[in-house]
Amino acid sequence: MASPIIRIDNIVKRYGPLTVLDGLSMDVMPGEKLALIGPSGSGKTTILRILMTLETISGGHIEVDGEQLYHMKKGADLAPADEAHLHRMRKKIGMVFQHFNLFPHKCVLDNVTLAPILTQGVKKADAEKRAMELLDMVGMADKAKSVPAQLSGGQKQRVAIARALALSPKIMLFDEVTSALDPELVEEVLNVMKRLAAETDMTMLLVTHEMGFASDFADRVLFFDRGKIVEEGRPQEIFRNPRQERTQTFLRKIIAAGHRV
Amino acid sequence: MIDWSGYLTLILEGALVTLQLTVMGSALALVMAFLAGLGRLSRFFVVRALATTYIEFFRGTSIFVQLFWVYFVLPFAGLTLTPLQAGVLALGLNVGAYAAEVVRGAVKAVGREQTEACVALNLSRYQRMRHVILPQALPLMLPTFCNNAIELLKGTAVVSLISLTDLTFQAQVVRAQTGNTLIPFTTILILYFAMAWAISIGMRWLERRMSRSLDGVRT
Repeated sequence: MASPIIRIDNIVKRYGPLTVLDGLSMDVMPGEKLALIGPSGSGKTTILRILMTLETISGGHIEVDGEQLYHMKKGADLAPADEAHLHRMRKKIGMVFQHFNLFPHKCVLDNVTLAPILTQGVKKADAEKRAMELLDMVGMADKAKSVPAQLSGGQKQRVAIARALALSPKIMLFDEVTSALDPELVEEVLNVMKRLAAETDMTMLLVTHEMGFASDFADRVLFFDRGKIVEEGRPQEIFRNPRQERTQTFLRKIIAAGHRV
Repeated sequence: MIDWSGYLTLILEGALVTLQLTVMGSALALVMAFLAGLGRLSRFFVVRALATTYIEFFRGTSIFVQLFWVYFVLPFAGLTLTPLQAGVLALGLNVGAYAAEVVRGAVKAVGREQTEACVALNLSRYQRMRHVILPQALPLMLPTFCNNAIELLKGTAVVSLISLTDLTFQAQVVRAQTGNTLIPFTTILILYFAMAWAISIGMRWLERRMSRSLDGVRT
């Protein structure tokens, strides 16, 4: 049995008086595809943001790929991680955002090549070759010279996926990547992600409201409510036979709102 | 009948001094704007405090007093400046303080999402600023920089008080010698306006050039 690639141990996250995550623990195995579902404000996006070091934690420990994320060894003690440590840890993790966050002043190709050139010292020609392969994979190769303003939401998100993949992270985080899209554009993004999930052994964490997609995509589904994991299991168990009342209520509401399961 | 050609030469010489002051003062102001504007966004308290002190001090005292201080008081500390040096220093530091807030505002306007994308792509702080934030912030700064540059141009008139032979000083010389106010002061009115207009046009051109890539028309 391999050891977990992510080990979240009793983390607490507070915003002022508001406790978002309250002693949360979970493990993720290498290559696992995980879907995090639950009502908004349940802390699922916060977990992704914490893993990407976009938030700090108020308590607990996170281990990624065998190393502490927010702490580093100082003699026998653990000290808070410094920028250099975070920089090293971030190499293992990539993230795709709800609002794409593409760089509007750079063309599609430059969006994808910027980080590999700057952070991995890849030569421009090599970075562009790899970027074109990735853009081809997400069906955006013909738009390489366009700027983000010329693209639809679905196209932007596919570029954002290629951009995150260009750094070859071990772990990819997808934060509600289809929530900001017009309904007819959701499919093209989901198709890219399905292919990605099937073709790579990358570990993937997905926060989504697309239950049908979560069901196809994930090996394991975690249902969050109020900063805790209420229920977890294989997609069929969670979606067909939820045991907890809160899970049942949530799924009923989602179905009533017209989402496919 | 007065022979105006000699006096006109005098005024044009003054225009040259005003131009010099404007260009050199703007250059200093630009440097100060970025130093102090980015300094205020630093994660180090000392840097932030230094930048804030500079900005508040130079915004909060009059350019007139600053100029006199630089020219007449600094010599007591062993630093004697020529009138031109004193003028450039006072103008540059004064306008730089205003422009620093423009830099800070524009950088903050670029939005946290861009920074978060940079963190997710593991760019260093310097790389984020250099490759992502500043290229987007610069077009936002330009319209206000244009204002600042025109303010600086008009502010150069105060250097006539430390006997620098700028446009305003020369107009006063001409007025004293000829007794005519209308002609010298109308001439410099037009010259100031022409220079301000040139700044406007130059800035608008820069703005168009810079925002082009953001609008999506890329060459």
